[in-house]
Amino acid sequence: MNQNILAVERLSKFFEVGGRLFRKPARVQAVADVSFTIGKRTSLGLVGESGCGKSTLARCLLRLVEPDAGRIVFEGQDLTDLDRASMRAVRRLAQIIFQDPYASLNPRRTVRQTLAEPLRVHGTVQEKDVDSRIEAALEEVGLAADFASRYPHEFSGGQRQRIGIARALILQPSLIVADEPVSALDVSVQAQVLKLLERLRERRGLSLLFVSHDLGVVRHVCDRVAVMYLGRIVEEGPVPEIFDRPLHPYTRVLRAASPVPDPRARFALPRVVGEIPSAMNPPTGCAFHPRCPNAMPRCSQEAPALTEMGGGRKVACFLVQAATAGTPS
Amino acid sequence: MTDAVLEIRKLAVEFHSGGQWHAAVRGIDLSIAQNETLAVVGESGSGKSMTALSVMGLVPTPAGRIAPESSIKLHGRELVGLPEHELDRIRGNRVAMIFQEPMTALNPTMTVGAQVAESLRVHRGFNGAQASAEALKMLDLVKVPSAGKRMKDYPHQFSGGMRQRVMIAMALACHPKLLLADEPTTALDVTIQAQVLSLIEDLKTEYGLAVMFITHNLGVVALIADRVAVMYAGEIVEAALAPDLFARPRHPYTQALLASIPRVDRDLKMLEPIQGNVPTIGNLGAGCGFASRCTHAQVRCHRERPQLMPDGPARAVRCWLVGPPP
Amino acid sequence: MTAGLIRRFWVNPTSLTGALVVAAVVLAAILAPWISPFDPLEQDIAARLTGPSPAHFLGTDTFGRDVLSRLMHAARISLVIGVASIAIAMAMGSAIGIAAGYIGGKFDACVTGLLDVLLSFPTLLLGLMVVAMMGPSMDNLILAIALTELAPFARVARAPTIALKDREFVEAGRALGFSDMRLVVVHIVPNLLSEVVVVASLWLATAIRTESSLSFIGLGIKPPTPTWGGMIREGFENIMDAPWLAVAPSVAILVTVLGLSLMGDGLRDALDPKGQRD
Repeated sequence: MNQNILAVERLSKFFEVGGRLFRKPARVQAVADVSFTIGKRTSLGLVGESGCGKSTLARCLLRLVEPDAGRIVFEGQDLTDLDRASMRAVRRLAQIIFQDPYASLNPRRTVRQTLAEPLRVHGTVQEKDVDSRIEAALEEVGLAADFASRYPHEFSGGQRQRIGIARALILQPSLIVADEPVSALDVSVQAQVLKLLERLRERRGLSLLFVSHDLGVVRHVCDRVAVMYLGRIVEEGPVPEIFDRPLHPYTRVLRAASPVPDPRARFALPRVVGEIPSAMNPPTGCAFHPRCPNAMPRCSQEAPALTEMGGGRKVACFLVQAATAGTPS
Repeated sequence: MTDAVLEIRKLAVEFHSGGQWHAAVRGIDLSIAQNETLAVVGESGSGKSMTALSVMGLVPTPAGRIAPESSIKLHGRELVGLPEHELDRIRGNRVAMIFQEPMTALNPTMTVGAQVAESLRVHRGFNGAQASAEALKMLDLVKVPSAGKRMKDYPHQFSGGMRQRVMIAMALACHPKLLLADEPTTALDVTIQAQVLSLIEDLKTEYGLAVMFITHNLGVVALIADRVAVMYAGEIVEAALAPDLFARPRHPYTQALLASIPRVDRDLKMLEPIQGNVPTIGNLGAGCGFASRCTHAQVRCHRERPQLMPDGPARAVRCWLVGPPP
Repeated sequence: MTAGLIRRFWVNPTSLTGALVVAAVVLAAILAPWISPFDPLEQDIAARLTGPSPAHFLGTDTFGRDVLSRLMHAARISLVIGVASIAIAMAMGSAIGIAAGYIGGKFDACVTGLLDVLLSFPTLLLGLMVVAMMGPSMDNLILAIALTELAPFARVARAPTIALKDREFVEAGRALGFSDMRLVVVHIVPNLLSEVVVVASLWLATAIRTESSLSFIGLGIKPPTPTWGGMIREGFENIMDAPWLAVAPSVAILVTVLGLSLMGDGLRDALDPKGQRD
């Protein structure tokens, strides 16, 4: 049977910016022709810097942002053209956790109201069982049951994030999309939330799409990782492989620039060239070629396709492909 | 440390909230020499930003104040208690500060060139032409491409990394001796962060700066720090040379922090989170600020506040469980 | 949370004063039929144009009617018209503003354009035009004043809606399959209520001023029903020999509007430092 919980095929999303009455808006390609799969009970990390499109992609998967092209197949079902009502039934199974713990909870609703609402709207639980479900949900994320009557502003960032996780899990989803869930938390609290996510994943057999700019966090949480640059996936593969032996020039730069709390790192400040280009004005061919130390003439003319390299790895780079003579996927 | 550029003794900063004064910084001592980067590491509520603001004399009044017994000496000159007009002559001139969010730290209605030139006109009395010429040199120095043309652009026309460079140019225009950097790369992408950190390092060497680098990211500390001061709940809990701190962290907080950070270079499957939450101002008990979260806490830790004690050459730790070296 | 709000409101001397003043006016208005010394319409020609005296605390007007009694009954009119018009404006205006903010796009652009047109009319002029067209009755007056207040409410509801609809907790609601209606009513509206309520209390003051102005120029409730504006107009004619006739209702308007403004300021302050961030 199908081992993938999610399969994305050639997903694209563009935004229109700055249209006026008689001036056509500019088109910004946020996500360009992205394809990947997430295996059941596995986690995929999505890493990249500003403008790479990872957050937009994450939202497209749940159709919080409508994709412009491509297919999203979730649990064998094509989500792309589902109507509102059918989509609603699917929403139970795929949920999202956000970055900002302060903005992700309605400040005017108690924790109980926030957690009860999805249960009531979907009618999955009898009214008499709602309270016990809420209690169980809070306990599962390590919060006391009597927190249910409090308001969000009474909690710390880490606690709010836990409430957000409880809300995401209360409908028993099978896929969680996490958009930078620990980036806004204090360092000493990040590990708490990561550990919680780990535990929950194991216990419930969840699949996870984890968006982050922090490679260290992704290494800890994810089985596989996809590296994005200006709307495209440039490299994909098992986490230890990608981070210990990066192939794509951008991945190498990203990896080298990621700080590590190791005193020997002192003299290893990498020399990084150039700025991240704006999505409004992307370079021709391979988007990374202006900053790439190994750029060939071909790189400015054609965009390389994401190609299998063996060992579950994929890279979109002419040089790497030529060196390892891989086959196009 | 007779050639210390900055010398802080017993700095205490308090805030007025809910009818009472609460301490944000509780008596810290530190010093920075020329050509040295001191990293001040801490999370929210540690008091690290307030320390830097105190040096600049920018503690927000009337809600906040520097306690009178505090001493902040710049090249031996006492800054605490200086009248505002004296502080004005020092800020931007002898001491400069760069901030986390360059968009809000730069004036959106002034060209970038004008902003860099401003401190030259104010502090050095340069006229328009001289200031512009010098501003151009500074922008070149921080590697803003096509600086001549871009001088006339406004902040919103620059990317985050570029704005940060502009801020550095502004800060260094008058060749200060001390640079305070408050999380200058936290809001930047990782690859841009690497560039800005390289830049600060190069400029430090070129100008012989003393740098106070405030951050919560221990990875960044490993990259750029000569010495490190770890702050928690308003006080320094550990101070050491950077390599020593990472090789042998002595304070339970430092140890716990290092054990709880996920690393990209290791398969650290077992993360050890620190239980509990960072304490808020006004919520501190009588004992050690970290006691409520410390796995080694003893009765004494909850009751008495430990002092910062020397723990070997160039090291100090604030913990009852770490005695003086044998 | 509401308990903290109420406490902050009472502790603030500004809002406390405002609230007390408004309470006094409201009380006088409600109890007028029972506690006013005279029937406001009862004429006593023999005692016309007498100044303040033990018998008539605020004197009598040209028809010998007791000024104090008329003042108290006029308060009822002003308050009823004010509250009713604000209620209508708040409900309709907010709905329009929220719809525009939430739906966005061309709909929003159209609505904003229309609101701008509405807002460019001086309040009084707009009310005047409507009443002149429809005739001065209580209902028309309420509708006219409601119209002048519509646009501010729409504006003040639209801006937070635009910000809120992209806020993560609303996105979370979408991800959980909540309908747009639920997102608006349950999640967006309660989070802009405070702004709307503050505007309501401040514009209530304006509503009362508008009503008084319309009555003053003769487009308000027809005499002999007492209205503050009408009383000022009548008093105007006798301003030299019987100044109290114009002063009393003017002071009444002043005090009421001031009280409402102070209350509105106090409300805004009480709602602001709400501990949204640590």
